[in-house]
Amino acid sequence: MKTTIIKYNAGNIKSVSNALTRLGMQHAITDNPEEIRSSDRVIFPGVGEASTTMAYLKERKLDILIKELTQPVLGICLGMQLMCNHSEEGDTPCLGIFDIPVVKFRVDHKIPHMGWNSLEQVKNPLFDSSIEGKYVYFVHSYYAPAAPETAAISHYGIPFSAALQKDNFFATQFHPEKSGDVGEKILRNFLNLQT
Amino acid sequence: MNNLAKRIIPCLDIRDGRTVKGINFVDIRDAGDPVELAQRYSQQGADELVFLDITASHEKRKLLKELVEKVAATISIPFTVGGGVSELEDADVLLSAGADKISVNSAAILNPSLIDHLAQQFGSQFVVVAIDARLEENGTWQVYRNGGRIPVGLELFAWAREMQERGAGEILWTSMNHDGTQHGFANETLSELGKQLSIPLIASGGAGKPEHFADAFTVGNADAALAASVFHYDTIPIPVLKAYLAKQGINVRR
Repeated sequence: MKTTIIKYNAGNIKSVSNALTRLGMQHAITDNPEEIRSSDRVIFPGVGEASTTMAYLKERKLDILIKELTQPVLGICLGMQLMCNHSEEGDTPCLGIFDIPVVKFRVDHKIPHMGWNSLEQVKNPLFDSSIEGKYVYFVHSYYAPAAPETAAISHYGIPFSAALQKDNFFATQFHPEKSGDVGEKILRNFLNLQT
Repeated sequence: MNNLAKRIIPCLDIRDGRTVKGINFVDIRDAGDPVELAQRYSQQGADELVFLDITASHEKRKLLKELVEKVAATISIPFTVGGGVSELEDADVLLSAGADKISVNSAAILNPSLIDHLAQQFGSQFVVVAIDARLEENGTWQVYRNGGRIPVGLELFAWAREMQERGAGEILWTSMNHDGTQHGFANETLSELGKQLSIPLIASGGAGKPEHFADAFTVGNADAALAASVFHYDTIPIPVLKAYLAKQGINVRR
């Protein structure tokens, strides 16, 4: 099986790569369109600011490429937010894979939402029932509200989408690559998806 | 509803590639191999790790990039690296090596705009500002640099607020009066400092018993609590600590 991490100016590529290596999963890190298209699994990481990152993706036509992928794709953190239709961060039009707007937390808690929070109402196939209530690691100031595509909920003053899924597109607001054994299980579930 | 857990953070003070622990910043003892310790803590349920190169600052030595790479390859929880980060390039090297956050202490005092630049380039979530402060006889908390060696004429509360305004994503405050005593954290001051900040506050200095962590979260209202020797010497195993905190009704990851 060929797994590819999309190479761009995201801050957590190394961490995602380390996590796959720990799972014994060979992978490539590339921005080559052919290599990405021919992969069995594609991971779209992300740490950074929405508008500059979208501009970077557009410049390299990665925005069109990602939307057209038909194999299982996993967006992580900013990767997930960019898969939504718009981000309030920098008033940025995004990929629109999920028809959900990303907005800033306006809650009576510290921002960013940083640390370990629990996953509720988890849905197959990215999650199995053993993951219900388990803690995963988040760092973010913007969020996707609960929507029909929501695959897991977390609570931070309000309920928000900890994960999304639509067709072959999967996404987590949290960092599975930094979420200990639970994160590794979620990554393994993604890599083992039946297609 | 808010399910964000309180974080338990073992701190590994690094000198010459080994973990060490001093009492009140002196009398330094060897406490093991950092990568082995990091792995053990991660398996025991630590929520995050902090590596501080305590030699880096006063000997002007850069942190061992290799160590950070080894840790990043081994453990699957977030970790912060500090000690001798004095310019953007230092931070970039640590980020590329796999650090999730960097901690800046003395360099922020010598050049406060470094924090603005780090936050702009890497994002606030990457920037932890560590502050060592001592309660002086005149009743004020004074900030020290270079591992608690040099008083700098700054007051804790004003300095923490300035660091937040410049873009720090978290404050890691060590009470030099409490550090190494194992008599509990500086809870009243923690609570007061937390009220003045809108970013997470990590309590450091004084952990000796599980009750001390509970107090730091309930009385001190800290977002996370950091300790070194109670974990290094297994005085308080992390699973025991978390079971205790959960029993007290404190939300911890288990």
